[in-house]
Amino acid sequence: MQLKINGQTVETSESRSLLEIVRDFGATAPFALAVNGQFVPKSQHESWVLSDQDSIEILSPVQGG
Amino acid sequence: MTTETPSNKLNIYGQTFNSRLLIGSALYPSPKVMQDSIAASAAEIVTVSLRRQSPETGGGNMFWQQIKDLGLTILPNTAGCHSIQEAVTLAQMSREIFATDWVKLELVGDEYNLQPDPIDLVKATEILINDGFKVLPYCTDDLVICRHLVELGCEVLMPWGAPIGTGKGLLNPYALSAIRNRFPQTTLVVDAGIGKPSDAVQAFELGYDAILLNSAVAQAQDPIIMAKAFKAACEAGRYGYLAGKMPEKDTAQPSTPTLGMPFWHQS
Repeated sequence: MQLKINGQTVETSESRSLLEIVRDFGATAPFALAVNGQFVPKSQHESWVLSDQDSIEILSPVQGG
Repeated sequence: MTTETPSNKLNIYGQTFNSRLLIGSALYPSPKVMQDSIAASAAEIVTVSLRRQSPETGGGNMFWQQIKDLGLTILPNTAGCHSIQEAVTLAQMSREIFATDWVKLELVGDEYNLQPDPIDLVKATEILINDGFKVLPYCTDDLVICRHLVELGCEVLMPWGAPIGTGKGLLNPYALSAIRNRFPQTTLVVDAGIGKPSDAVQAFELGYDAILLNSAVAQAQDPIIMAKAFKAACEAGRYGYLAGKMPEKDTAQPSTPTLGMPFWHQS
């Protein structure tokens, strides 16, 4: 299936979990995830069911004012 | 004479702080200057944000470690959000990653001056409060919007002094003063627009409880010295407010005794 991760198009197997997919993408802790604009809590990173064309955001701490 | 006591420390949702300066972590010339400036400011609350993870910057881990090393209270923001859904999602992600239910709620309503959207700000505040957040809304100096936010349960309001990053100081002291007078029990923080230490003093003289700034320190020619200047300004303004200013008079009054003046009018 085809996904968008942080704006980049990625091809992945349907059998991979959300956590595996973001790790494959290169995500390193600390990060928080959203799928299609909805927050996905850490407790659901392994169980979250993704669909073709889903859009994943991997966010990490940055400077802020 | 009024003195500082624990009861008049800065109170943010039940947590008390000695410093009345909240400081941002962005725009410093280097990570080292950021750390040294924040330390010099004596601020106990630092603002941070979330953005897409970039492998080139170590996934944000280096920055986060530098902030954690400061040992301060973290205030995540929702800067750059243009919709209620974006702000709510970012707040929820921040709560997980920073392990805090505080959120500096920013919801941009117009790109020209980055003015908060007052209507969506109120709607997003309601959603977040119902979700257990302690919301610190960055708002305009509109008294009625502030009233709606207070009625929703905000214990802290953060009206702007001027648009973000302008350094123009307090553009509407009357409006800020009206908010102070209308909500005597609410913790009020002037957020954005402060450019120089005297702006900070003015905020405290209006009775504000704290200020939040970033650019004024980070973009100063010497951020570390400017951080010290703002630390001193916050203390000066707060003490000045607590002490109560003298009554103004329209006519001059000599301060040195006139009685016993020699050669008085040569008579």
